[in-house]
Amino acid sequence: MKSINEIKEISTRIKRDVIQLTSHNTGHPGGAIGAADIIAELYFSRMNHDPKNPDKEDRDRFVLSNGHICAALYSALARSGYFPIEELKTLRKINSRLQGHPSRKDLPGVETSSGPLGQGLSIANGMVLGNRLKNINAKVYCFVGDGEIQEGQIWEAVMTAGHYKLHELCLIISWNDIQIDGRVKDVMNIEPIADKFKAFGWNTLEIDGHNLHQIRAAFDLFEQFDNAPTVIIARTVIGKGVSYMEHKPVWHGKAPSLEEAEVALQEIGPSSFGEDLVF
Amino acid sequence: MQLSGRDGFGRALLELGETNEKVVALCADLAESIRVHYFAEKYPQRYFQIGIAEQDLIGTAAGLALTGFIPFATTYAVFAAQRANEQIRLAACYNNANVKIAVSHGGLTCGEDGASHQALEDIASMRVMPNMTVIVPADAEEAYEATKAAAEVYGPVYLRLGRTPVPVHTQGFGSFEIGKARKLRDGSDVTLIAAGVMVDKAIQASELLAQEGIKASVINMHTIKPIDTDTIIREAQTTGCIVTAEEHSIIGGLGGAVAEVLSENIPVPLVRVGTKDTFGESGEPEALLTKYGLAASDIVAAARKAISMKKS
Repeated sequence: MKSINEIKEISTRIKRDVIQLTSHNTGHPGGAIGAADIIAELYFSRMNHDPKNPDKEDRDRFVLSNGHICAALYSALARSGYFPIEELKTLRKINSRLQGHPSRKDLPGVETSSGPLGQGLSIANGMVLGNRLKNINAKVYCFVGDGEIQEGQIWEAVMTAGHYKLHELCLIISWNDIQIDGRVKDVMNIEPIADKFKAFGWNTLEIDGHNLHQIRAAFDLFEQFDNAPTVIIARTVIGKGVSYMEHKPVWHGKAPSLEEAEVALQEIGPSSFGEDLVF
Repeated sequence: MQLSGRDGFGRALLELGETNEKVVALCADLAESIRVHYFAEKYPQRYFQIGIAEQDLIGTAAGLALTGFIPFATTYAVFAAQRANEQIRLAACYNNANVKIAVSHGGLTCGEDGASHQALEDIASMRVMPNMTVIVPADAEEAYEATKAAAEVYGPVYLRLGRTPVPVHTQGFGSFEIGKARKLRDGSDVTLIAAGVMVDKAIQASELLAQEGIKASVINMHTIKPIDTDTIIREAQTTGCIVTAEEHSIIGGLGGAVAEVLSENIPVPLVRVGTKDTFGESGEPEALLTKYGLAASDIVAAARKAISMKKS
């Protein structure tokens, strides 16, 4: 397991990749930057996976349900070794394996195609059920945005996971209170989140989604639960670390200009993990 | 005793449970109705009740497929093809996941339940999906064969099963092969291309036409996608006109698929028998088929029209 300081460097690298990629290639920077800390911990410390053998049968799986934040996933996959780092620069371009929303059949390491919100948790449930039939004791992590839990299918899947007591399942909600049309609580209030999940029979953990110690502790607790699925409600900030992006709905789907990207990279700071992309 | 398509499906799935350990089944609170209960009773550990939640049904099936299983997700046609349409598109088709969607209550013959439950648009919405195979078996025996074949082929399959018992016409015409139509009757004047329960009506129509001295070829087009282009072209060359018959809207289903093949390859007269851009209603299956223009006599009339267009 990597040290917290190492994960911090990796998370910084993912954020730098997201800024570089979206400023050159368009995309969704805000949520991707907000997810970088959690994704760094999962891919570089937590999950049992092998970039050289993406189909390894007993691997832990990461289901990115809110596919629009895929720049962070692609960065983690490339920096793990699933495909050449240079290929990141093809994001959202024609003939690329790096689609604007993840495509499973195109890119190794992508467990399911996603993008249309609300579908990932059902698929993650099915993966847990499949692993159980094969007597594989692997974890399945599913990542959703907070606005995404307005989708009805999420609650169908929450019910199913509770019913089948899928303790191998960890749902991470990135609670940044931002969706396209404004603050989540104004657009369609989702609170109280934890109480809803408790009512469906889940274990609930609430953390600061940018505190790497809390993230690590939450995943440690999840691994100990053997009675029910776990939801980690992670308080996150859209565009975390980039002053002009934080808490601003517009940065859900707006790419920074090259000038804005320079400011963002300054504020995010350097990373000792890997090199910047060169365009 | 006559059996329905869903009966053949239930029997095949039970056998698949024995012969293929990768086969699993899911249901959305309609286990007996879709005949998945035989499998559920014998293989409870490979059966997943999802409750009344069809979007979750498809997603969960996709997840099972992505861990190497061959899930049969079962419900009624409207709740799969239409309610869970986007889940089928993304989780099953875009992933090219090995999900089999087996549905009952396709078409008017689900009868008394009425228009809300009578899927007349499902074939159109499934046929347009990339990677999807669409099969509409004619009777219980063919449903049995199609279920076995669906488990053998990789990728998403939509298997549309009838609720109503119908006579068996498909046996003795060679082995079932996805994408390869079965020719049930020879004829030189007109070709009747039918799917599902309308195969029985097409056979009846061919006998009525014979009384008028009209020789009708009858094709059982059990696979709507990939459509058997070679057979359609060969029939058009032989008889020079086509009638399609389906328990579905004439828009986008079997009739649409045949029209596409004919117009791009060998334009000959085509008359489509099916529902005419309308919903159904409650009633006995036979009465509904008659009221909505899907009786054997309607196929006869369509055949006469097609032949007259050929001559003019």
